[in-house]
Amino acid sequence: MDWINLLLLPVLRSVALIVVLLTGFAYLTWYERKLLARFQVRIGPNRAGPYGLLQPIADAVKAVFKEEIVPNMADKAVYMLAPALALIPALIIWAVIPVAKGVPAIADVNIGFLWILAIAGIESYGIILAGWSSNNNYSLLGALRSSAQMISYELPLGVFLVSILMLAGGFSLVSLVETPRAWWEWIWLWLMFPLFFICILAETNRSPFDLPETENELVAGFQTEYGGIKFALFFMAEYINMITTSAIMATLFFGGYRLPFGLLGDVIWLGPFVLAAKVIILLFLFIWVRASVGRPRYDQLMQFNWKFLLPVALGYMIITTLLTVFLK
Amino acid sequence: MVPLNWYLVLAAFIFSCGLYAALARRNAIAALMGIELMLNAVNINLVAFWRYGEFVERLEGQVFALFVIAVAAAEVAVGLALIISVYRSRRTVNLDELDLLQG
Amino acid sequence: MPGLDALPFPLPTVQQVIFILIAGMTVTGALITALAPNLFHNALGLVLAFFGVAGVYVLLEAEFLAVSQVLIYVGAIATLITFAIMLTRGMMFGRTSSTNRLMLSTAIISALFFLVLTGLLVNVAWPEIGAELAGSEQMIADLGEMFVTTYLVPFELMALLLLAALAGAILLARD
Repeated sequence: MDWINLLLLPVLRSVALIVVLLTGFAYLTWYERKLLARFQVRIGPNRAGPYGLLQPIADAVKAVFKEEIVPNMADKAVYMLAPALALIPALIIWAVIPVAKGVPAIADVNIGFLWILAIAGIESYGIILAGWSSNNNYSLLGALRSSAQMISYELPLGVFLVSILMLAGGFSLVSLVETPRAWWEWIWLWLMFPLFFICILAETNRSPFDLPETENELVAGFQTEYGGIKFALFFMAEYINMITTSAIMATLFFGGYRLPFGLLGDVIWLGPFVLAAKVIILLFLFIWVRASVGRPRYDQLMQFNWKFLLPVALGYMIITTLLTVFLK
Repeated sequence: MVPLNWYLVLAAFIFSCGLYAALARRNAIAALMGIELMLNAVNINLVAFWRYGEFVERLEGQVFALFVIAVAAAEVAVGLALIISVYRSRRTVNLDELDLLQG
Repeated sequence: MPGLDALPFPLPTVQQVIFILIAGMTVTGALITALAPNLFHNALGLVLAFFGVAGVYVLLEAEFLAVSQVLIYVGAIATLITFAIMLTRGMMFGRTSSTNRLMLSTAIISALFFLVLTGLLVNVAWPEIGAELAGSEQMIADLGEMFVTTYLVPFELMALLLLAALAGAILLARD
């Protein structure tokens, strides 16, 4: 019995989660291509299946059957390890995200917040390893850029997370969602949301912060030397990261699996669907930004972080401290 | 529970690895990594003694370990900045080639 | 299973098995860091060792410390080290050996140090079991309180040190 609870249940949940996330990834690519097409007054994929719905499967088949090429001068072991390391953090963050009332994805760790912070810290490794092991100047430059960008934007992100943590008063994401908030807390939180979203865009290397893979300067950045299924893994990591960070933002800012005003609070099975709906709306934001905002220069990117985002984040944290002390 | 001396032996091993790396490697960055390993070994000891000691509720071991982590962060930042600026002027980061003071 | 009771040594508990796995990972990482000739592989070994140490902290029920370890050591320090390796990569492809002339004597000293220390450690009657802990959430709150009461002066000094290190690092690394 002990082993069933300890081993079997988490394994089953993990497998279910991975299946859902991979399907989500496949259809996120379809969603993005369709939406981008709409933004540009095109139609988008419409050949494979109705509305192009089978397009992700066709893409997957193509990626799997491509020839595997490993560059001659590459550091083979590290080169093969990098795509996996890029994907893993995006998946294991889900361990602490609550998906329904009383049901965290894998486990109700009471340090959920810290887990998110820690995993965000290791997300850059896949890219660094890829850039290094490819033994290619473009790859290396892309990796250097991306690790600098990720380290820099992690700081305001961490400070914002600490502010949310102070408002919540505990490390558990489950209790964060379950505890009711006062109206001024919601407003104060939402004031910060645009800045938080900018940090997330930079952390996931999404446009307009996709400088690590700018085609016109660095070929494809860190993934220049990757092809076939290994490239698909990087692609997957980026998109699953989008889904994951959307779920985190939904949990932190928009009440996670709960409907507004506590509607239908007792219907437990509704939780995952509500969360999924919120994630889809947030994903729309990612794609909207990609379709409308141009890419900044690298020095602008850094200046924006160090001279604007970080001071603002610190100020926000100080005011949050005062608010929690005097209003709560 | 795991006996305390398992942790201590593990820490001793990591410390020895760090000692070797810090003293025997030519590259300054490798030596710095050795120092980080030694600091980690010390931290394991601090936390293990805290956990198995008499005053678990006083958390001294954890406080010390956190201070060590913070000092290590400061040390790495300055150390790497030094290494990079040395690399800029001398084109090497091998410790035994940095002998300006030997005349 | 009756046969298992007849073994000459007690079967390891689940915790002990986990410890052995984590220790194996840490030891592998430490060995790669110390011995591998390629500097980048050293850094990867270091990351592995840091993760192992975080695992050890979890086993010791110091979750906050484990997360700090991952956040600071793996997320910041090791990333900085790989960064420095990439910036000084002219040194990488070894024209010379990766060790200096102290290699042999240092190896002997390190091995002796480990053996002597282990010999001492296994012969002391350490306490077998630590006391029960309050919940980890309470522990983190206590930890935070200690930093602003008992350890206020060291804490502020630490802030000063970090600030000085930040300013110093920027000054040193500037062109």
